[in-house]
Amino acid sequence: MRMTKLLITMAGIVGLALVATSLERRTAGAQQPQTSGGSDRLVVQLCDGETKLEIAEARAGEILPPEKAREVARRMMAAYAEQQAKQVSKWTARDRLTWEREQKRVIEEGYKLFHDWKALGGTIGISCDMCHPDAAATHPETYPKFQTQLKRVAALRDMINWCIENPMKGKPLSPDDPRMIALEAYITSERKGVPLDPGKH
Amino acid sequence: MWPLKWKKREQEYRRQREEFFEAVKRLNRRDFLKVAGLSAAVFTAKTVVPPHSFQVVDVVRAEPQEKPLFRFAYISDTHLYERELNERFVNAALRAVRDVNALNPPPDFVLFGGDLAQLGQPKELELGKQILSELKVPVKMMVGEHDWFLDMGEKWRELFGPENYSFDHKGVHFIVLMSVNEKDFWTERGMTPMERMLTVAQLDNPLQSRFEVGEEGREWLRRDLAKVSKDTPIIIFSHSPLYKYYRPWNFWTEDAEAIHEMLFPFKSVTVIHGHTHQLLTHRIQNIHFHGMLATAWPWPYAPEGLPKLTVPMERPDPFDEADGTGWGSVDVHRDGYVDKHYSLWSRNPITVAKAYLESWGKEAIPPAPEFPPY
Ligand SMILES: [Fe+2]
Ligand SMILES: [Fe+2]
Repeated sequence: MRMTKLLITMAGIVGLALVATSLERRTAGAQQPQTSGGSDRLVVQLCDGETKLEIAEARAGEILPPEKAREVARRMMAAYAEQQAKQVSKWTARDRLTWEREQKRVIEEGYKLFHDWKALGGTIGISCDMCHPDAAATHPETYPKFQTQLKRVAALRDMINWCIENPMKGKPLSPDDPRMIALEAYITSERKGVPLDPGKH
Repeated sequence: MWPLKWKKREQEYRRQREEFFEAVKRLNRRDFLKVAGLSAAVFTAKTVVPPHSFQVVDVVRAEPQEKPLFRFAYISDTHLYERELNERFVNAALRAVRDVNALNPPPDFVLFGGDLAQLGQPKELELGKQILSELKVPVKMMVGEHDWFLDMGEKWRELFGPENYSFDHKGVHFIVLMSVNEKDFWTERGMTPMERMLTVAQLDNPLQSRFEVGEEGREWLRRDLAKVSKDTPIIIFSHSPLYKYYRPWNFWTEDAEAIHEMLFPFKSVTVIHGHTHQLLTHRIQNIHFHGMLATAWPWPYAPEGLPKLTVPMERPDPFDEADGTGWGSVDVHRDGYVDKHYSLWSRNPITVAKAYLESWGKEAIPPAPEFPPY
């Protein structure tokens, strides 16, 4: 247990040292003293992508000797530990990035399917966007609701499948098909902020 | 099992229709008594006849009926694929041709409102020409963006002639104006003709430019209008609405204002446009605007920018593929203004009367939908 922790810490330090050197190289390559803060000191960034550390003993663009680089890594590690101590949330900036990135990826996938009848298994050249530009008239906020023609309370995905089968002449998707989830993600993203109103006709 | 299910569905459908017509009646009677002074019973009688048997209903007018000078019909936005890929759009186009041919007395001519083809393919355009050749009266052709952007109109011009032209009919000057030009967005992106076509064919694709008549077209229009006296009624056919409704979907003509300026000096101007696949009514000063129905599918109303005079059609029932589509006809009066008839296939026909536009929406109000757009 302890061994594992130690290993992780060590790996972290090596990683941070690498970050520090590569950052330092980039600054050196640019050959521009940092002017934004009015300081020409070396500035490094922690792996949360936000926190910046200014290293008083090193100039921006300076090539650090090994012991100095290790010192920079130590300080970054300390800053990280300090952050960790104050942390109450289970979730990190990295989690947040993942959420955003995955949401965006799936919405984009949904956008593609929505505009491509072949990708969605249609057979007569009709794609979703032909009746629903920008997902208009899909009103996901009104589901589930009673659908007279289906004679039952239906969810948005039932209507998506109905459209795939009927106007598009394709095969319905299984509810856990990633394509179904992608379509739902895209359609609902286009109605973001509209109050939920299930049952509205 | 199935027939019973079907029967129930049909009953439900009939009940809903009944309900809808009742509502229309209620809404109308008020305007009706106030405005028209016609017998409400006439209207009631009309609404109980299945809509398919209608030709064109009499118009609810504020003034005593003045007989229209003449009538023309329109068919628009057939969006044909080749028959092997999609029969539905072909059948819808054929249905419109049949309906127009059944008009008695026949219209003086038929306007085709553009978007004959879905992707500008020569075979799609040829199929369209073949279908329209079944019409018993002359056809006036207009081009849409779906016909144009594969080969920039080459095939269309070969089949149908120039994209801008004018003609005179019974004292009215008609102008067919190509309004769906776009500034070059394809060269710098290195697009193939098919990529360009697909970009334009996607209504919600923001890569493309906005529709415009363009400098050349405006110059052509200026020269054409110079030959016409200011009190000759003018009717313009354009594919895009000749005004600014909703930019992201190109329900829009970028140089609309410049064109309005050219039209303001005339006594009576009417614009009949395609592209929007929905019931649309607008007026700017002396210019009355009317949209056309598509035979292929209805577009939803845009989230903003709907002209105030538009009484929207009820949201189409997705379970009825003909709902929200159809064709129509136009009664032209002596002064050039028109009663615009929307012959919806799955609903009662709707008329937007000249009197409605002339009164800025105070008289002869068309029936409001029970279920408006979301
Ligand atoms: Fe169209
Ligand atoms: Fe169009």
